Amino acid sequence: MAETTEILGIFDHGATAAAGARAVLDDGLGKVVAYSPVPDHALDQALHSKISPIRTVVLIGGILGCATGFLFPIYTVLDWPMITGGKPLISIPPFVVIAFELTILFAAVGGMASFLWLAGVPRMTGSGAPDERFTNDKTGISVTCRPADADAVRASLERHGAEEVKG
Amino acid sequence: MSFAKINDDILRTLRAPGPLWYGGVVVAISLALVGLYAFLYQARTGLGVAGYEHPILWGIYITDFVFWVGIAHSGTLISAVLFLFRARWRTAVARAAEAMTVFAVMTAGLFPIIHIGRPWFFYWLLPYPNERQLWVNFRSPLVWDVFAISTYLTVSAMFLYLGLMPDIAAARDRIKDWRQPIYKVLALGWRGTSRQWHHHAALYGFFAALATPLVISVHSVVSWDFAMAILPGWHSTIFAPYFVAGAIFSGIAMVITLLLPMRRAFKLESYITVHHFENLAKLMLTTSLIVGYAYLTEFFVAWYSGNVFEQGTFYDRMFGQYWGYSWMMFTCNVILPLLLFIKAFRTNLAALFVLSIFVNIGMWLERYVIIVSSLSHDFDPANWAGVYQPTWVEGAITVGSFGLFFTLFLLFIKNFPAVSITEMKESLEQPAGADPANS
Repeated sequence: MAETTEILGIFDHGATAAAGARAVLDDGLGKVVAYSPVPDHALDQALHSKISPIRTVVLIGGILGCATGFLFPIYTVLDWPMITGGKPLISIPPFVVIAFELTILFAAVGGMASFLWLAGVPRMTGSGAPDERFTNDKTGISVTCRPADADAVRASLERHGAEEVKG
Repeated sequence: MSFAKINDDILRTLRAPGPLWYGGVVVAISLALVGLYAFLYQARTGLGVAGYEHPILWGIYITDFVFWVGIAHSGTLISAVLFLFRARWRTAVARAAEAMTVFAVMTAGLFPIIHIGRPWFFYWLLPYPNERQLWVNFRSPLVWDVFAISTYLTVSAMFLYLGLMPDIAAARDRIKDWRQPIYKVLALGWRGTSRQWHHHAALYGFFAALATPLVISVHSVVSWDFAMAILPGWHSTIFAPYFVAGAIFSGIAMVITLLLPMRRAFKLESYITVHHFENLAKLMLTTSLIVGYAYLTEFFVAWYSGNVFEQGTFYDRMFGQYWGYSWMMFTCNVILPLLLFIKAFRTNLAALFVLSIFVNIGMWLERYVIIVSSLSHDFDPANWAGVYQPTWVEGAITVGSFGLFFTLFLLFIKNFPAVSITEMKESLEQPAGADPANS
């Protein structure tokens, strides 16, 4: 693996940081990770073109939950057939309630699990972002690049309004 | 207003608490311990120490259960439903309301266990393969409750935690006392990368979309505990919407009761403004009108149906032995909230605080009236002699539930950001001239 170095640009605004990140990527100078205290649309558009796959997991979770909500009660009444209240063993209307709740439960749990996976948390080693200001009021662009490109990266970040460049 | 100021102002509320907070926690924990003592006494002695009297075999515990589930509902309304409707004013109050939801459901979940004769067998409610080879009866509304309440607790807790995660990270990077290692673990290593935010925003939207039908289903299921029985006064098709509206009504009253002192104690006046309370008051007025309409509809249906048992129950409700509770319920839930039509009243915080307490009392009484007066007046006149007189045990456990709820809430607001830092900062990024606190 080629030797790399990390340059950190600190910005006041998400929009300028997004322009900086875009420029670094367009020039093919290195890989970019952006840190921000709030979700930032400009950064999101600059760095993530794909729609989050969470939606698929939520859908699958919901379908599984719904199926479980019908099939599990049906299995139990067939496993030990006992008529109560003169109702048929497989009485769909009451099972709809169970299916409804489990649809939501499985969809939510699936969504949460996929979020944790995709967001790379829990991440017990090391603390948070490389600079504590990134959870406060600053936006950061971290560029991993070849040492030869480091100067170009620094210049690019500064040109796009980084108020501080480290590394 | 800037990002840094919001960060400072909200994390300031996590600084070492004053005597007022300690005093509140001591009182709340003491009340919770009183409730615990009463519960242990009941567990040891038997359910006979509660005031049940045939045919009134549901009483204060079920009243408390429905009350606390109801309290939970406004939190989800504010955090999920208003999110979907893009009501931006929710930002300032959503976190406290969400936390309230989780704690209220936790409190509510204890009551079915307290109410059953042998609480140590509570797990018999769950469908699991057991040595008796029996399954629960999925046709019973009480089993629906188990699924609805546990789903609600799980989903609302995850929803709260999802929103809290970036804020805990902000606390981790700022609070340098003994709590820092705890924040470090709870933040799960959140770094605020654009990738994390990308997925965070996606999931937050889904949670709001999932929680909205969930919140409506939960109190509908709770209402079916009653409506599925053939008892006059319970067996009604309007129960589900009637209960959902009542739940949101009581929940908003509780939000006002909790937020007003919190705002004062934490000096959050510039974040939680009169405007927010006025909006909450408008929601409270709307739901109060729905609840009032439902009360009148019940009477109309009893009259129009020509069913003597139904008519007898409702006559008894207003003029029988529980008449005092019914009239107080009407006054607190329908008549007094009409004052909210007056703008000067809606924007008077002291008046709003007093009204919110009346609504809390009124909504507790509503459940008491529905449960006890209906049970005491069933189809058999020989049963009408039964009088339910709550005992000290039931009173102490009820008081204890308030103690538990307030303990959890007080611990939360002093150790976690009670106003969402992230969403407050986001609301700054509105078009120039828009004041986030008043948008």
